[in-house]
Amino acid sequence: MSDVLIIGASSAIAQSVARIYAQEGGRLFLVARDAARLDAIADDLRVRGALQVDTLAADLLEHDRHPEIIEAALDAMPELDIALIAHGVLPNQEACQISVESSLESMDANFISVVSLLTPLANRLEARGGGTIAVISSVAGDRGRQSNYVYGAAKSGLDAFLQGLRNRLSKVGVNVLTIKPGFVATPMTAHIEGRGGLLWASPETIAEGIAKAIDKEKDVAYLPGFWSLIMLIIRNIPERIFKKLSL
Amino acid sequence: MTERGYTSWGRFPQINQLGRSFAWRSDELPVTSEDTDSLLPYGNGRSYGDVCLNRGGIVLSTRGLNRFINFDPEAGILRCEAGVLLAEILQLIVPAGWFLAVSPGTRYATVGGALANDVHGKNHHQAGAFGCHVIAFELLRSDGSRNLCSREENKELFGATIGGLGLTGLITWVELQLRPVNGSMLKEETLKFANVDEFFHLSEASDQDFEYTVAWVDCASKGDSLGRGLFARANHVPSETVQAKVDLEPRISVPFQLPCSLINGFTLKMFNAWWYRRQRERRKTRKVHFQPFFYPLDSIGNWNLMYGPKGLLQYQCVLPGEDGREVLRQMLAIIAQSGNGSFLAVLKIFGERLSPGLLSFPRPGVTLALDFPNSPDVFRLLDRLDDMTREVGGAVYPAKDARMSADSFHSYFPAYEKFSEYVDPDFSSSFWRRVSGDEL
Ligand SMILES: Cc1cc2nc3c(=O)[nH]c(=O)nc-3n(C[C@H](O)[C@H](O)[C@H](O)COP(=O)(O)OP(=O)(O)OC[C@H]3O[C@@H](n4cnc5c(N)ncnc54)[C@H](O)[C@@H]3O)c2cc1C
Ligand SMILES: NC(=O)c1ccc[n+]([C@@H]2O[C@H](COP(=O)([O-])OP(=O)(O)OC[C@H]3O[C@@H](n4cnc5c(N)ncnc54)[C@H](OP(=O)(O)O)[C@@H]3O)[C@@H](O)[C@H]2O)c1
Repeated sequence: MSDVLIIGASSAIAQSVARIYAQEGGRLFLVARDAARLDAIADDLRVRGALQVDTLAADLLEHDRHPEIIEAALDAMPELDIALIAHGVLPNQEACQISVESSLESMDANFISVVSLLTPLANRLEARGGGTIAVISSVAGDRGRQSNYVYGAAKSGLDAFLQGLRNRLSKVGVNVLTIKPGFVATPMTAHIEGRGGLLWASPETIAEGIAKAIDKEKDVAYLPGFWSLIMLIIRNIPERIFKKLSL
Repeated sequence: MTERGYTSWGRFPQINQLGRSFAWRSDELPVTSEDTDSLLPYGNGRSYGDVCLNRGGIVLSTRGLNRFINFDPEAGILRCEAGVLLAEILQLIVPAGWFLAVSPGTRYATVGGALANDVHGKNHHQAGAFGCHVIAFELLRSDGSRNLCSREENKELFGATIGGLGLTGLITWVELQLRPVNGSMLKEETLKFANVDEFFHLSEASDQDFEYTVAWVDCASKGDSLGRGLFARANHVPSETVQAKVDLEPRISVPFQLPCSLINGFTLKMFNAWWYRRQRERRKTRKVHFQPFFYPLDSIGNWNLMYGPKGLLQYQCVLPGEDGREVLRQMLAIIAQSGNGSFLAVLKIFGERLSPGLLSFPRPGVTLALDFPNSPDVFRLLDRLDDMTREVGGAVYPAKDARMSADSFHSYFPAYEKFSEYVDPDFSSSFWRRVSGDEL
């Protein structure tokens, strides 16, 4: 039984994670921008066995509200065991090349807003000691590719931020987990051609991997695991050759 | 844009359509455009043919629409969103002492898909079809209206949507009446039968006392052993411990599409003969968990990929009355003669209980279901079976069809004109355009 805070709770992956903790009879505090969606998720988690579900509606691009979100969650659950940050957007790369605004907005959703949330959260947990901070990044952060480097850059920035945070918080027993999923069949990817092939995983599979990685206090989790091998290869292609590929 | 993720189980036809996610019951329907001028809900693609396909239009995937809303463990009433899988429901309700009132042979169908095809199970002779146990649902239509449908409210839309093939609007949530059980086990008897007559005798002798009955026929055998097979009958039995773990994904899967079909005349003959002889005794009894009993085909994921790139065709018909029995014999002979037959053919007697669904497929009679690897011969064979089904006043199941003609459809479903009045103007499917004669 765990006390779990989920930010970006309407994400398909996050919902599947929430269900795992609900089934174990855990308590959940959910943050997402749409109140009707939050209600639907909360009802679902109660039916599945959650002991308590609290919700808070907030657009996560409103950085001013972040300290209030963290306070509210820790007030509701002072013994917080796990905080999962899951929100994100997959921007259209071509649109980003034309519009700086699109690029910056997706940078905000995927990186800046996460930094803004993690700062008060990390401070609170550092003061208290213990617990896990899990953040969903992506394999796309491992190498910039022409087809989605705005997204990849944000996730890559996030990875470095989390490495530093892990280094800092390991001293007080707070575990920091970087989650790197490959292709996942969620609303974010519903439009992608070739979806459903061999490399695709369901949000349920990813969620099981996340819960396991949290349990085992892992630092970085590629999900499913075979992506660590694929990314090892991709990271090691010399830039001289990589730049000529159409990836 | 191609969306290969959204195919039907038979993988025929392969078409271009636009995939969109519909994951929140509070959302509005997307608007159609000139390029993609129609919508169709898509559950989990377990229909064999084209009722879940919409060439040139939009399919609205409901896999994200998979939340429970309320479960009353006292009354056995469950309200959930339409994209919830039957497997997910079982995982929740079996430990609480409840079971699905009707379940098809796959646990990977969604509630919305089960309702829209008004699916049936091995208990049809007692329980009727899925729609008999639907208390209410919400239907979202392209005019933006949200219609609460039940036997009292919006009765016409209720009847049109059950078995309505996704054409009357998108079902956002469903409320179901469950049936009580005491544990997760069944007691199953399997009996050998030597021919079709014996099958009918066994059915008559069993349908009173057994909640579930079904038979598998070796459809490669001819002559004296025409229609030989195994008859299974079962009831739920109390068990002390509840083994409620349901596999939400198969443990083993066919990993990719094979370059050509593994299923051919030779492998079929071998398989069917082995399968029939596997059981030595005339009668065998076992206690069995509900998962292998109800869902034997679900144990191997993506088994449809074994049929290679051309895919497979299913055929399921229901043949009423005494004449139906004779026609069944003729059909089995023709299928055996053709050498195209499938793995096992399934036989079952449907009962009298009628569903509220206007286009519901099950009706009193004997039903036969089997698959065929896709080939030009098979189309000719199925046309012939269609003629026979029409002659005897039977019907073919849209959930398993990719080729029936408009004329056949009209003869199988006389309520078709009345049904058309309830079709949402923005909704359509590949199946619907074919059988309503809109596609030339
Ligand atoms: C191995 C196997 C065994 C089977 N055994 C049986 C059996 O014993 N008995 C039986 O009756 N069938 C059986 N079937 C067929 C299967 O149960 C049906 O085709 C079922 O409807 C599939 O559900 P789905 O969620 O995959 O829906 P899909 O196939 O994706 O869609 C089916 C129809 O439902 C509509 N639909 C889906 N969701 C909604 C919604 N939210 N609102 C409105 N319309 C919607 C679609 O538009 C489509 O017309 C079997 C299939 C397989 C693969
Ligand atoms: N799907 C993949 O293939 C994949 C692969 C690797 C990594 N990831 C990462 O996994 C995480 C979860 O994504 P998913 O696949 O589960 O997709 P998803 O269901 O589309 O989830 C994305 C979520 O982010 C939320 N969000 C976006 N901007 C927001 C904002 N300004 N304020 C509040 N919430 C906001 C969305 O909220 P609304 O519901 O309100 O829109 C949505 O719930 C993301 O970080 C994504 O980058 C996904």
